[in-house]
Amino acid sequence: MTALGLLMCTSLVVLYSASGGNWNRVLGQSVNILVALVALWAMANLPLHYLMRTAVPMYVIGVSLLIGVALFGEINNGARRWLDIGIITIQPSEIMKIAVPLMMAWYFEKYEARLRFRNYIVAALLLLLPVGLILRQPDLGTAILIAASGFFVLFLAGLSWRVMLALAVAAAASAPFLWHSLHDYQRLRILMLLDPSQDALGKGYHTIQATIAVGSGGILGKGYLNGTQTHLDFLPERSTDFIFAVFSEEFGLLGNIILLGFYLFVIVRGFMITANASTYFTRLMAGSITLTFFTYAFVNMGMVSGILPVVGVPLPLVSYGGTSMVTLLLGFGMLMSIHTHKKLVQT
Amino acid sequence: MNHRVEFKDSQREIHHFRLRLMFCVSFVLLLFFLLLARFVYLQVIKHSHYETLAENNRISIVPIVPSRGVIRDRNGEVLARNYSGYTLEITPSKVKDMEGLINQLALLIDISNKDRKRFKKLLAESRNFNSLPIRSRLTDVEVARMAAQVYRFPGVEIKARLFREYPHRELTSHFIGYISRINDEDLKTIDAGEDSSNYLGTDYIGKIGIEQSYEKELHGITGIQRVEVDSAGREVRTVSSTAPISGNDLTLTLDVKLQSVAEQAFGDYRGAMVAIDPSNGEVLAFVSKPGYDPNLFIDGIDEQSWNELSNSLDVPLNNRALRGQYPPGSTIKPFMALAGLTYNTRTPEKTISDPGFFTLPGNRHRYRDWKQDGHGIVDLFKSIVISCDTYYYGLATEMGIGNIFNFMSQFGFGKQTGIDLEGEVSGLLPSEEWKQRRYKQIWYPGDTVSVGIGQGYSLVTPLQLAVATATLANNGIFHRPHLVKKIESGSNNAIIATTVPQAVQQVNLKAEHLDLVKRAMIAVTKPGGTAAWAGNGVPYVMAGKTGTAQVINIKQGEKYDEKKIDERHRDHAWFIAFAPAEQPKIALVVLVENGGHGSSTAAPIARKVLDYFMLGKVPKPLVKAKVGGHIEGD
Repeated sequence: MTALGLLMCTSLVVLYSASGGNWNRVLGQSVNILVALVALWAMANLPLHYLMRTAVPMYVIGVSLLIGVALFGEINNGARRWLDIGIITIQPSEIMKIAVPLMMAWYFEKYEARLRFRNYIVAALLLLLPVGLILRQPDLGTAILIAASGFFVLFLAGLSWRVMLALAVAAAASAPFLWHSLHDYQRLRILMLLDPSQDALGKGYHTIQATIAVGSGGILGKGYLNGTQTHLDFLPERSTDFIFAVFSEEFGLLGNIILLGFYLFVIVRGFMITANASTYFTRLMAGSITLTFFTYAFVNMGMVSGILPVVGVPLPLVSYGGTSMVTLLLGFGMLMSIHTHKKLVQT
Repeated sequence: MNHRVEFKDSQREIHHFRLRLMFCVSFVLLLFFLLLARFVYLQVIKHSHYETLAENNRISIVPIVPSRGVIRDRNGEVLARNYSGYTLEITPSKVKDMEGLINQLALLIDISNKDRKRFKKLLAESRNFNSLPIRSRLTDVEVARMAAQVYRFPGVEIKARLFREYPHRELTSHFIGYISRINDEDLKTIDAGEDSSNYLGTDYIGKIGIEQSYEKELHGITGIQRVEVDSAGREVRTVSSTAPISGNDLTLTLDVKLQSVAEQAFGDYRGAMVAIDPSNGEVLAFVSKPGYDPNLFIDGIDEQSWNELSNSLDVPLNNRALRGQYPPGSTIKPFMALAGLTYNTRTPEKTISDPGFFTLPGNRHRYRDWKQDGHGIVDLFKSIVISCDTYYYGLATEMGIGNIFNFMSQFGFGKQTGIDLEGEVSGLLPSEEWKQRRYKQIWYPGDTVSVGIGQGYSLVTPLQLAVATATLANNGIFHRPHLVKKIESGSNNAIIATTVPQAVQQVNLKAEHLDLVKRAMIAVTKPGGTAAWAGNGVPYVMAGKTGTAQVINIKQGEKYDEKKIDERHRDHAWFIAFAPAEQPKIALVVLVENGGHGSSTAAPIARKVLDYFMLGKVPKPLVKAKVGGHIEGD
């Protein structure tokens, strides 16, 4: 919990620098954090069997909304991700980040005693439906995160190594076809990863400037508010997806190690909760939440430091943005709930 | 089934699950370690590389162009200066539709056809990423109007610049020269030189004249401003800066008032005049008529003006004083006389009888004297005073071309004088060897005869003849002619260099020979001499010699009739002079193209210049001796 708090404080501090001293951004993020904390508190106090009951309706609503998006969604930046439901516009894919693992964990819980191979197939289908819809929006980042969270459930539920190996082989074999089905900009991003200098001012710009920011930070960093890449506008999207570059430039390797330490602490704590969770459902849920959190952190830092392609994955708890903050803290709320309720259920 | 099995199953399952969890933990640790490795690679191993990249991103080096040195005449009159003003400039690389852009700009400020043509020419010969002026010298109103609108036109800027100006225009064109925008050709030269970094922000370079030959002194040292820029290239702040060092100021040896008097004295005539201080080689006046307005060239000359200048029959762009080559005519005679005395070919007392022509032994060809009936009995003194051709035909023949060549080259004929201007030509002092080389022909005795009176193959530039005259006036001591007297620091007026007169060479001459020739040259300007009219009533002692350079050959038995001959085919008139004869302070040469006789056109011009120099007498605006109709009827 302390680690979470520290991470969120880091968020505010770095955001202040990233937005160029714009208090509105910081204030906005503070509101986001407050809302998310309320969600966390509510979730942490929610007994788990209530949660289990919501799994099916949440999943059904989520998928319906995704279909709705595909049909009537608003186009923003060339992608159809938002749905206007009168009062607010929402991003249904964000709901799925929780709904998918929830649904799958529920499913496995239901068939816990007699799991067969076909159960895995069904679970996989439950996963692939929303992932497919989100990929079509297109939103590679979210799709990857959801696919990962679902896969973690499958993995923890004991999907046999042989099947996974077979899947890996199949994936490698189908890579060329997958490549073909990617959108042009997605392909470019992957190409850019291989050689960003090919189009230094175009598609490779993000990667190059972020790498420069990280590299020029050095061991101790340039000091808070002194990042030249940040403050002279060279870094794109520096308060959202690329906020890690700002952090890295200003606080250097030392800052990165501390940040990694925080994340690792949270993840290890998550695994401990997972290991001690009382039911099959909560184990799967806790493991998936923890691993998804890890995926967020790894993919974001990987893309900023130039070892992964640029996908829209925020740095968990640090990047500006209310939705992901709420989603993440909801997840942690569940973890806490799982932790506090384990004895109650055991008895 | 039963509880046990289920419990066992559940135990096994938990065990199984924890194994998988351990696998996940190791997976997480592995990937985090991978990230850490990447951070170490970027932030420690490649740190300096990325630091440089970030620094390059951030810092842009802006050169600060130094202000060019000012050029003044010997009395401090400014001949080339700088003033600040605004230009409207376009960076071609940022503009897609140039024509359309210019049309739009023309709605806001006045852009003439001349401006457009000039801009097109600049565009063709400049680097694409440089900004080029479409309009210079904007008025305050224009600056205000454009400043409010300029944001609408990417690639268009208003720039404050220092402009070069030559306030005396035509008067100084042939020795000051001009600066102009650096073109591809100049760039090659600059890039090849060691000074290339000094020209980073410089747009102009000296192209001709003193502006060219003293480019290094005048340019100054470019300052450097390191500015922080954001990703859009906007300047955020200055990190550090080194101030530029202004170019050095030049003080010339030339007196622009004297120059102006000389120009006026020429009236409508074309020609050249060079005046030198014989005691030190300082050039006092350097005239080539007509001149041109050097200001036209600074920002690229427009096509119309260029065509006018380059197609004019008067060839105003030709520097006659430096590059014009003419037969010296009779002005060579004092030098020939000195040669004759030095080589003992003639004694002062020896006389000849002049029948009005000269023939070589065994040849009937008559080399005519300018006076048909001859001058009668002529000694050396008289030969100069009345400019007897026949005397020198004989003298040259007896002396031989070899001796003439050796003697004359000591006075600087046939080679560059070494003046501090580029593009000087060397004239022509013929020799047997030269003719063999040039025409693959042997030297005929007749060739020597013509050389004796400064015709035939002989060619001199007005500058050369002036230097030779100064050398004679200075008793054979040759000083390198120069235009720059003093180089001063542009920032603190500390004197960097002064030209110290140094005798480059001394011609060995006997005092009595010099005395005789000088006395004869004085007599030229006295009654009975060829320049008696021009020398009428001179209150100081003036020495001179007239000369006429043939433009077309007169056939045997024909008489040269000035009135019959097309104006442009008339002879060129020469006059060389120095004063005061006893202690010469000025030696000069006047060449009047197609001026006819030296005595009637060239000598009076020299007199006016000398009167101003010796007495401070400013001549009344010259009554035009020529009628414009001559030119029109050409």
